Amino acid sequence: MSSSPQSCFETRGLTKVYGEGDAAVHALRGVDLQIPEGELVVLLGPSGSGKSTLLNILGGLDSASGGSFRFRGEELSEANTSRLTHYRRNHVGFVFQFYNLMPSLTAEENVDLVTEIAPDPMPSLEALDLVGLAERSHHFPAQLSGGEQQRVAIARAIAKRPDVLLCDEPTGALDSATGIRVLRALLDANERTGSTTVIITHNAGVADMADRVLFFRDGDLHEERRNAQRVPPESLTW
Amino acid sequence: MVGLKVLDRKLLRNLRGMAGQGLAIALVIAGGISLFLLMAGMTGSLSETRRTYYERYAFADIWAPVVRAPESLRADIRAIDGVRALETRVRDAALLDMPGMIEPATAEVISLPDHRAPRVNDVHLSEGRLPDPGHRSEVVVLDAFARAHSLAPGDEISATLRGRRVELEVVGVALSPEHVYAIAPGQLVPDDRLFAVLWMSRDALAHATDQDGAFNEAVIRLMPGASEDAVIDTLDRLLAPYGAPGAYGRDLQFSDVFLSSELNQLVTMSRILPPIFLFVAAFLVNVVISRIIAVEREQIGLLKAFGYSDLDVLTHYLKLVGVIGLVGLLLGSGLGIALGRWMAAQYAQYFHFPFLIFRADPTTFLLGALITLIAVLGGAAMAARSAFRLRPAVAMVPAPPADYSRAIGASISKLRLIDPQSRMVLRQLFRFPWRGGLTLLGVAASIMLLVSTLFFLDSMQVMIDTHFYQANRYDVAVSLVEPRERRAFHELARVPGALTAEPYRHVPVRLRHGPREETIALIGVPRDAMLSRTLNAENEPVEAPPGGLVLSADLAADLDVELGEQVEVETTQGRRMVRQLPVSAIITSYIGSVAQMELRALNRLLEEGAVVSGAYLVVDPAQNLALFEELKAAPGVAGVALHSLAAENFKAILDQSLGWSIFVYVLFSGMIALGVIYNSVRITFAERARELASLRVLGFKRGEVAYVLLGEIALLTLLALPVGCLGGIGLAFYLSEAMASDVYRLPFVIHISTFAAAIGVVVVIAIGSGLIVRRQIDRLNLVEVLKTRE
Repeated sequence: MSSSPQSCFETRGLTKVYGEGDAAVHALRGVDLQIPEGELVVLLGPSGSGKSTLLNILGGLDSASGGSFRFRGEELSEANTSRLTHYRRNHVGFVFQFYNLMPSLTAEENVDLVTEIAPDPMPSLEALDLVGLAERSHHFPAQLSGGEQQRVAIARAIAKRPDVLLCDEPTGALDSATGIRVLRALLDANERTGSTTVIITHNAGVADMADRVLFFRDGDLHEERRNAQRVPPESLTW
Repeated sequence: MVGLKVLDRKLLRNLRGMAGQGLAIALVIAGGISLFLLMAGMTGSLSETRRTYYERYAFADIWAPVVRAPESLRADIRAIDGVRALETRVRDAALLDMPGMIEPATAEVISLPDHRAPRVNDVHLSEGRLPDPGHRSEVVVLDAFARAHSLAPGDEISATLRGRRVELEVVGVALSPEHVYAIAPGQLVPDDRLFAVLWMSRDALAHATDQDGAFNEAVIRLMPGASEDAVIDTLDRLLAPYGAPGAYGRDLQFSDVFLSSELNQLVTMSRILPPIFLFVAAFLVNVVISRIIAVEREQIGLLKAFGYSDLDVLTHYLKLVGVIGLVGLLLGSGLGIALGRWMAAQYAQYFHFPFLIFRADPTTFLLGALITLIAVLGGAAMAARSAFRLRPAVAMVPAPPADYSRAIGASISKLRLIDPQSRMVLRQLFRFPWRGGLTLLGVAASIMLLVSTLFFLDSMQVMIDTHFYQANRYDVAVSLVEPRERRAFHELARVPGALTAEPYRHVPVRLRHGPREETIALIGVPRDAMLSRTLNAENEPVEAPPGGLVLSADLAADLDVELGEQVEVETTQGRRMVRQLPVSAIITSYIGSVAQMELRALNRLLEEGAVVSGAYLVVDPAQNLALFEELKAAPGVAGVALHSLAAENFKAILDQSLGWSIFVYVLFSGMIALGVIYNSVRITFAERARELASLRVLGFKRGEVAYVLLGEIALLTLLALPVGCLGGIGLAFYLSEAMASDVYRLPFVIHISTFAAAIGVVVVIAIGSGLIVRRQIDRLNLVEVLKTRE
């Protein structure tokens, strides 16, 4: 099967089953989707709808039980652990709900962690500048607010100039004003680095800033919508 | 789990979840408790057995040898203030010709009073009966010798006593408090085949040794509180006209000196070892409980929110460590008793008591339990304090990230040459310095124990090499019944198989320097002696100017005398004379004390002409049979000391009992290293699982992630190596000083291989622990770790 050249991700009949027999939980029930290069995509859906499972598979954190998953035409559904490590190292940036910064490293050093192993990173300070935290580069996580910590996490994710930026509930632990600043940082990163960006959120309002919105329900893609115009984060209804 | 309170169920599940760590801690506790029970129990058993044995069999307080004193002196001795019981007796040496053994056995022959039990130094008959005064050939034989030769009442022994061949009949087998550690004079390690004690009736022995109506030793028991020194002084004055070399107390009685030195070693070790284990256990409990409390912070908040009191929560965690402590205590008690029985069996080989049972009394157990309780609860209470103080509202909010900004290590961020992973390792250490420091100390303690334990082997090897192969290079020492003219030496030099021979002169003397006084045998050896050399600490021969005294360093220290100073020498046998002699050399001797001078100078001093007391021989082993046959039959020969055999016996002891003890200590030290390193790695892993998972998500390889985790313990282990080695050197030095006795001194020598072995053990344990946790990194579930809030 050939995939269109402009496609970043492409899945066909992607399934994920946890457990066996009667206890089996079908997290993904044959997902078919295509995400073009450079787009900002928002995944919406209730808890347990399969969106995090999909994101984990797209990011190489987890492997599928069945079906096909391609990144830029490269089949990754059968990839072993070290190939997935290599894939994450060279192509993927992650942002999580709980930041996952190293408390023993300063903001800049947290970014250095990634720039030191990436093939073509931007300078760490530039990445921090992109999220508006250049002047706090020597602060430790304990000295930063939640929103600042999340922006450091974004800087860390974009510093490697990732081909894809995957964000799981990046604003889940933040108040609305801080959340908007974080979303602005993600949008800027998407625009300036051209990374294909996938954001999971519970907040339907966030969907308006995306190029494309994917609605998940019961482990499958329920609905897909294209926004004619992206709304800037500052104008989102929270 | 039905019937258990919910909190107790939680406790059981917690324990199941931390089984490995709990066991590692329990093992360290078990190590401390078993050593404590072993040493306290063994010290108690030995000293109690000794006390009872000495009391029941009226062990003497003072021995007063003389050449020949009339029995009429009894009344005068008995009248000395402080004397509770007195026995006069005859004591002499004999050579025994045992069937099936080519070497002659040396025997000490002691008289028993006729028609009654001795009032002092009674014997414990294990078989047969006491000799009948009417039958002069009847003897009772020392139990160990009887067993070594399968002797039983009715058997016969051929002996040479005072140059006369006699046939003796065994009528009984006995033990005596004087011969708990039964060795020939000048030996270190018992050889039951080669040394005998024979008890004969007073009449028989006096007759055989020309002591009719006389005695050559008085043994005395003192009144409680009587002054030993005063009694000895009076005795010495009273006995001086009869050729008395000087009375002595238990501190110079060979068997008791060995027993005391053994007890002293046990006490020294019991002061050092168990506290180290229990300190490490307390630290481990502390870090593990701190970790559990950190993980369960929210649960604690919840429990408190539900209305559980602070005390309920505190008790819950104390119960958790209580279980670990109990397991450690039970394991340690079992192990301690097993080791104690094993050690008692080892002691029974060398120390002959009618009974020796390892018994740790209930107070020892209670004390052990109390120490465990203090260590474990102390460690836990420090950690649980924070759980106790947590307010429910605060506890239920996740803890903020640890603040690394104020740690000393924050300044390292300026050093660009350090990569971020190494920086994480360093900052972790600087952020929690006391924990890192204690881990380091724990690992160092293990190395320290390993080094100081293996040091014994190094030291003993040097001791054997110096004493048996460098200083005293003869195979056999032959002593004559009394000093003879030089012709006697030439006869000895011509015995079959003798390759080289050197004469020696042996004179009992008293050395005085200021108020200090020591009783010792002054040995005269030829100039440039090759078989009995005087060496310095580097094992180089010492050239001493003739005419002066050569003293071993310990003797010089006891006399508080330095090189060139004058010492008063008083001969205590034969013609009494007092001379001032300069100390011309101070030498090293690890076994016994040495006072030597040049043979001719000694003879000149004594004005007795060119006489010798015996000879040192190097012999051709192929001709041993002929050699020993001749010596056994020679009328002038009083004793034959088999030096090369003694060296073999000593080495055998090293290989057997000491080898096993060292194996046990190495095992226990390893347990400390395992407990500290394994727990440290497990806890770091648990604490940093989230960071490690994040690194994996960021694309770090497993090896790179393992570095962040294991780098910390690797660094601490590396730092602990020199600290532990230095500690080991210090402890070994302390032990070599603390365990020095009149009998022997441990040379302070540690071979490089000892450090290498100690380091090797700890490094293997560190790598093993690392590999176990490394497998857990490989199995880290990235998704789950990241999705859950810590």
